[in-house]
Order: sequence, then structure tokens, then C-alpha cells
Amino acid sequence: MPKRFVSIWFRYLLTDWKVFREHSLSGLPLAFTQPDHGRMLICASNSMAEQFGLRHGMTAADAKVIAPGLRLFEEKSGHNLILLQHFAEWFLRYTPLVMLDPPDGLLLDVTGCTHLKGDETAYLLDMVSRLNDMGYTVRAGMADTIGCAWAVAHCATTGFIVPPGGQRIAIAALPPVALRLSSDILLKLNQLGFYSVSDFIHMPKSVLRRRFGNSIVLRLYQALGQEPEFLLPLIEPVPYSERYPILEPIRTREAIEIAVHELIDTLCKRLYAEGLGMRAATLTYLRVDGKSGQLHIGTNHPSQRTDHVFKLFQQNFEQIAPALGIELFILDATKTEPAIDKQSLLWSGKSGTQSEMVAELLDNIAARIGASNIHRYLPAEHYLPEKIAQNTIDLNAQAADWRSDKPRPLQLLDPPEAIEAMALTPDYPPKQFIHRKERHIIANADGPERIECEWWEQPDGYRDYFNVEDEEGRRYWIYANADKYWFLHGYFP
Amino acid sequence: MQATKQEIIDKLRQDISAWEGFRPQVPGEGESFGLGPMEQSFQGRVFPTGVLHEFISTGPEETAAIGGFLAGLMQVLLKDGGICIWASFSRRIYPPALKRFGINPDRIVFIDVQREKDVLWVTEEALKCKGIAAVICETRQLNFQESQRLQLTIEQSQVTGFILRKGAKLVPNTVCLTRWTVRPLKTQLRPGLPGVGHPRWQIELIRVKNGRPGSWTVEWKNKGFKFIETRKELLQRYA
Repeated sequence: MPKRFVSIWFRYLLTDWKVFREHSLSGLPLAFTQPDHGRMLICASNSMAEQFGLRHGMTAADAKVIAPGLRLFEEKSGHNLILLQHFAEWFLRYTPLVMLDPPDGLLLDVTGCTHLKGDETAYLLDMVSRLNDMGYTVRAGMADTIGCAWAVAHCATTGFIVPPGGQRIAIAALPPVALRLSSDILLKLNQLGFYSVSDFIHMPKSVLRRRFGNSIVLRLYQALGQEPEFLLPLIEPVPYSERYPILEPIRTREAIEIAVHELIDTLCKRLYAEGLGMRAATLTYLRVDGKSGQLHIGTNHPSQRTDHVFKLFQQNFEQIAPALGIELFILDATKTEPAIDKQSLLWSGKSGTQSEMVAELLDNIAARIGASNIHRYLPAEHYLPEKIAQNTIDLNAQAADWRSDKPRPLQLLDPPEAIEAMALTPDYPPKQFIHRKERHIIANADGPERIECEWWEQPDGYRDYFNVEDEEGRRYWIYANADKYWFLHGYFP
Repeated sequence: MQATKQEIIDKLRQDISAWEGFRPQVPGEGESFGLGPMEQSFQGRVFPTGVLHEFISTGPEETAAIGGFLAGLMQVLLKDGGICIWASFSRRIYPPALKRFGINPDRIVFIDVQREKDVLWVTEEALKCKGIAAVICETRQLNFQESQRLQLTIEQSQVTGFILRKGAKLVPNTVCLTRWTVRPLKTQLRPGLPGVGHPRWQIELIRVKNGRPGSWTVEWKNKGFKFIETRKELLQRYA
């Protein structure tokens, strides 16, 4: 399938944005300035200002003289990129492949997308008219190559949709500036009398390269489609992604639920057909006012069950702010894994459905209170009691053997609490200790058991643990550290 | 006539307990919990599963003792595989210690909620899930309505639930089948031996529906419960 690209050029990006924000400025000459060597230079202006002869790079003082009533604003550096980024996200409703084309353009890969609005003309017209409605002056071009689309968008006066294979005819009529060349090459071409691409398009490659360097050849042949040029999409497209465009924007909870359910159903069926299940998914909604939002979910096992995935999203539906209405939902399965074949589990006699039920339960809980609050412990190779268990959430992780040769308390205080204790003989258990103003007379004791830190954690840190029982039969785990301070660390059952 | 009256009353009792959602326990149906004399207290002489049990704790020492007793019970519930959910608000349980009570700590999923009221939500969700062997809920408050909700959930799923109430000031009435306290007791080794012996508890069954409350001295030894007859009981037996 031949590729089709669209280049969008925002003619007056910054000034149009300013008017969009402050309607009172419409119809006035506007310009943006930026500081340069102690002067203020014009860096963006609108059509009204350009009628007075304003050019980029002019000083602000000169501009004010030639254009009476000119309104000047200071430009924040990088602002145009932020605006372009927003527009790129907005354009995701037309195509998933969008690339920024700084300073004031966007490139879209629209291969196979144009039928969404009928045909190519209607597709391009829809984009341009919607941007015009917002108050942005844009020029758009469509062609088989990025270079050609850029050229017609920036320089052509007619024929913005180049028919497939018509790049040569289209760019021949355009000036050399349409080829995205650097200014010194453009100057040289101008001096030599090449005022149009048709003047040098037929010249052999070697001649052009010798005269003007490699870039002119590259750009020319990229525009003609004989050299490859790639579009680096702003958002990496996800292989398992589904869209649900809505004709009439929706804003009620019922409508959103129906739409999301349909969307999940479509994706789940697709995953089911390929034997996959989703582990993580993102639901993006685009609103009519150009804003968007996202919901994320994660699952503990590959899931392809619509109801389960829907339930996970449903718990976060409060976060969706539809405002004036939502016009598009996008569901991306950001992480997929081969799903367990239930039928084979049935034969092997494992309780596959049981663990699936548990995993779905944990998904539900994680969606409400957060996955970080769910713990499952596996033995870890450490000596310090606080570190003896490692945390995991993977239900299928197999544990090595737990040690049970040494008694450990069932209730562990974290951090240990300081106690007052008295040991009559060093390295012997204390006779009594006071914890929270309560005196415990020790009747029986086991120990000491010395537990040392790993040397790379803390040099010569050790603790002497005693397992003690007071006269009322309550059992405690106390220790003295290297400095002979006593701590209560846990309660034995 | 007298016998028929008794029969009618028995039948009525059974019906009422069925209406209340309790499935009658059939002797020898479930696993044996090795609870010996304690099992005489329950209807059908089997430790009831698929119901709510309530444990009252007044301090960390008692919580630890209850943990030990619970772990001993869980050992049986988790025998055929399965997962246990431990929901709590301020958890201090130290997983590796459970191994001594016959459970692999990796079979328990701990859910530590940030807000206290979420504990009961998590418990209810977990009790709904039939694939779970048991649910332990550490909470401070549980009122009558909340316990009813949990009981209704259990009637559908037949999962065993344990409510561990730590430091509760008021202990209101609940629909739980049983109410227990477990106090640590002084251990006893053979005379003359120094050190701390096997964990020993005074387990008291304060309330039980259709059963007899009682109190037992139990020791945890060789991965099983061992019932110790007190001096008084011995005297009674040999008198």
C-alpha cells in the first residue's frame, strides 16, 4: 500500500494562540519578541502585522515605528513546542502516527486513515476547517512522501493534495525553499539563477552533489520518494489498540460505560483470538474541547475477560471528567502475555480457575487501594530479621524453603522499641525489663542468638537476641545491640 | 410424646440455623483440625468452616498468641493448596515465623490498607472469592451490621473468615459463630531444664452458637495442638 503523509503548517502559531486565549486581540497587529544581545527582536507576528512590513529578526523598536498600534508580547522559549505537542495529541483522533516538525509544523502518517472522513479531500478539509474554527491559520499538504507534503504545504498556491506518484510534477513548480534546505544553499541557488525546482530537478546527482553538497540531493530524492525518510511517531503505537469514535459526544456515566464496555469487548475478542491476555492497559479519552485524560489498570495474570477488565476500569470512572463531552476512546493493551489455555488446565487437573479467581480478586483490590499495599513474601538470603522476607506480588513465583530452625516472633515491632533492662552478668539474659512503664520479671530465657549485619551493610553491627518469658507467661524477643542498649523486637505466640 | 416434643425442638433448631445461613457440619466431612476435646463444643463435633470466627485481643502478647492458634488452624485449611488473604490496617505479623506453625508464608497474601475502613471492604471482597481458603481480617471495630454483611457474603461462598479484633474498647454483639480469646501461658519444660518451652496458651471459647463454651490449655508441639489437662481436670477425672 503506498504511504500517504500530511504536513501541517501553522502559519501564525504563537499569535493565533494569543488571540485564542484573548479574543479582544483579534484583528490587531500582534508580534512576539525575544531578547537577543540586549535587544528585543521580533520572532513571530501575525498577518496584520506583516501587512506593515514586519519581518522576523527586526528589532522591536523599529517594528513599533512602522506598525502603529502593534501589540508586543514576550515569547517564552520552547512555548511553540508545547503548543505543537498539544496539537500532536489532538491529531491522534485522525491518525495514530504524529511527529512534531519544529518550529511550527506537524507531520502525520495518514496511510489508510483517510476513508474515516470519506476521501482524502474531505479528510484534509475536516482537519483544516476545524483548526480554522479554533482560529488557527494552517496550511496542509498531502503527498506520498514527507518531503513533498511539506513542500506543497509551505510553498504551493494550489494542488495541496498531490495524487499518488505525482511528486515530480508537484515540486517542479515550487521554489527551492520547498526542499527544506539550509539558507546558504538557498542563497547559492538564488545567485546561480535557480528560482524553481524544475531548473535543477533533471540534473544528474553527481553534478548537484559537487556543486551544493549532499543535502540537496538527499532532500530532493526524499521528496521524490527515491530516498527513504522515516517518521518518528510522538507516541509509540501499541500493537493491541482499539478505538471507539463517537458521533455525538457523550457525557453521562451510562453512555461512557456502554462505550468502554464495547471497546474492551472488541479488544478482548481480538486478544482471545490470538491467545493473549492483557497485563496492563490504558484507556485514553479525547474530549471535544481538545483535552484528554487517561486511566491505567494492571492485572495480576493475563486477562481477556471483558467483565473483569471493565470492572477494573469501572472503579476509577470517577476520575473521568467528560466536561462538554467525549468524542473518542482509545484502549491500548500496553502489556500482553500469552494467556493460559483453560482447557488444557482442565485436563492437567490443576486448579487454574481458582488461581484465576484469586488473581482477579487481587486486581480488584489493587485497583481500589493500590498494588503497593498487596504483599506476598518469599524467603530472602539475609540474616537481619527485618530483611528476611522479600516482597513480591507475582502469584506464580515459587518460594524456596523457609527456615524454621530458629524460633522467630509472630509479631515484629518495626522499628524495635527501646526498653530498660538489667543483666546481672554480661552476655546473660536480663533479670527484668521495663517496656512502656510496665515491669516484666523474666522467668525463663533462651539465648543469646547473635545476629550480625552483612559487613557491607554496617560494619560490626550485631545484636544478641534473647527469647524471654515473664512471670505471667508472656513471651518476648529482646536484644542488646553492640552498644549494650536493649530493645524489644517482637512478641512470641 | 415427650420424645416427639424433643424431636420437634431439635428439628426447629436445625431449621433456624439453616435459615440463619449456617450449613450443618457433617461429622467426618471436613479435615480434622486435631482439636481433640475442643471439637466437642461444636455442633456436629467438627470445627466449623465456612463461617465467621471472632478473636478478641487486648494486647500485642495476646495478638501474637491468637496468631499462633490461627496459624495452627490455617495449616489444615491450606493443606490442599490455596491462598489465604490477611487484611489488616496496622500489621505487625512477621511472615517467616509462620513456618513454625506449619504454613508456608508465601501462601498468604497480605493486604495492608492505608485507611482503616478499607479493611472491611477488602475482607468482604476476599470472602466473595470462592478460590480463597480463608480470610483473616485484623480490625478494631466491627459492628452488628458489618458482621451481618460479612455473614451474608460467606453464605454464598463458604469461605472461612477469621476476625481478629485488636484493642477493641467495646465488643458489641455480632453474628459471628464463635468468639474466642487466647492468652499466653507460662511454658513448662521438664523439671530442671532451663529455657523457654513450647508455646502454650489458654484458649477460651466465650461464645458459640449451638454449642458449649469452654476453656482449654493447649500447647503447640510437633506441628500440632496438644491439650494439657489442668490439675483440676485431672482431679475431677480421678476423683
